[in-house]
Amino acid sequence: MNIPTDLKYTRSHEWVRLEADGTIRIGITDHAQELLGDLVFIELPEPGRELAAEQEAAVVESVKAAADVYAPLAGSVIENNQALADAPELVNQDAYAAWLFRMRPAAVNDLDSLLDAAAYQEIVAAA
Amino acid sequence: MQKTVLNEEHRRRGARMVDFGGWEMPLHYGSQIEEHHAVRRDAGMFDVSHMCAVDVRGSDARAFLRRLLANNVDRLQLPGKALYSTMLNEAGGVIDDLIVYHLAENDFRVVINAATAANDLRWMTARRDEWGLAVTIGARREGADALAMIAVQGPQARQKVWQALPECQSASAALKPFFAASVGDHLIASTGYTGEDGYEITLPAAQAVMLWNRLADAGARPCGLGARDTLRLEAGMNLYGQDMDESVSPLDAGLAWTVDLASPRDFVGKAALLARPQQHRFLGLLLLDRGVLRAHQQVESAHGRGEITSGSFSPTLQQSIALARLPLAAAVGDTVQVGVRERLLAARVVKPCFVRNGSILV
Repeated sequence: MNIPTDLKYTRSHEWVRLEADGTIRIGITDHAQELLGDLVFIELPEPGRELAAEQEAAVVESVKAAADVYAPLAGSVIENNQALADAPELVNQDAYAAWLFRMRPAAVNDLDSLLDAAAYQEIVAAA
Repeated sequence: MQKTVLNEEHRRRGARMVDFGGWEMPLHYGSQIEEHHAVRRDAGMFDVSHMCAVDVRGSDARAFLRRLLANNVDRLQLPGKALYSTMLNEAGGVIDDLIVYHLAENDFRVVINAATAANDLRWMTARRDEWGLAVTIGARREGADALAMIAVQGPQARQKVWQALPECQSASAALKPFFAASVGDHLIASTGYTGEDGYEITLPAAQAVMLWNRLADAGARPCGLGARDTLRLEAGMNLYGQDMDESVSPLDAGLAWTVDLASPRDFVGKAALLARPQQHRFLGLLLLDRGVLRAHQQVESAHGRGEITSGSFSPTLQQSIALARLPLAAAVGDTVQVGVRERLLAARVVKPCFVRNGSILV
């Protein structure tokens, strides 16, 4: 199972990368893309949208099913990954390179509430 | 969970296994979309051994099926001819859809769905007893009698089958669509569920692993139920439990062509169908906006509401398609709105056959 140690994770299978400028990039984990199968459509949040922690932010749809992607922390959306609009399969090819959206968290300290790789690994193993 | 004789082969080839009607079956072997394209462009193979082959034999076999099925088994006169039919309850609801093969006089093979098999067999046995007919109903599931089924589909399917089973080439090459030929203990049928050319091969379960591997060596790509579902959806073929069930009339599920109301023959459900004519049109939808159509989404049309019964992303069209029950006044060419989450998306009404033999028809 591919779970990079330099990222943070949520129980709902998002990964979170803290950037040098204090913003965060969010994607879905390799485990999540594998469960969903071939992705065919991704709906991304518009820049400027304010999100509460655990609020529905994006939708990823595979041939088989649709799944919600949640905001890992409270904050505002500042960018979404337009490359995914025409090529959702990028998420299947490399889930940790294919970020969905970027947020400015309301409070950077909130990152401490997220899971580290070891804790996420346990959740995946127990599922 | 029940397993087919090919279960270990699927695992060995990296399949993601899922529960399908109580059977552990391959969903895909890595990429459902690549498997889909393999069938449209070359050849894929499916383990369909979870479906149940039932031998209906005896001096009353034809009389039994004539009364049991909505389609007219008297259309089967030539040995080897196959017929698609529904089996209805007294209220005209669909108990199952199936294919009947006419193997010889007094000898028919009925292939029923996996999830409905136990219920179907109870129903068939009860009707046989009620009507007092001389028929044996034998499911070919267990022991030395057990059968396996492998579907090989795609423009190159015939070549792959002939490479794997050279002894079957002459008999199968001559088959017209919807016919079957017995070669030794194999039954080779020119039937399928993908909209492509190909064969469905029924054989003793003990020989299935060898054939599966020979077909793989010949270049038939193993395909899972995921690709099977998008292929049949593009071909506009109904899936039992999704597009119709016991609460749905075949006339409302686009299956009027399989129901023989013209002949004087009586069959279970006929009176109910005559008393309650068609209420809906069963048509295709092509999504014009971005998104994915799914079963149970509501359709708003100028003529009233409808409902999607099957929907997905079409790998061949590269856009979302669906089958839907629409108001009777709905027509091909209409634009309708589909409720997808909190939004209404535009879709065009089309004939429910999107792709056939590799070509896009809409």
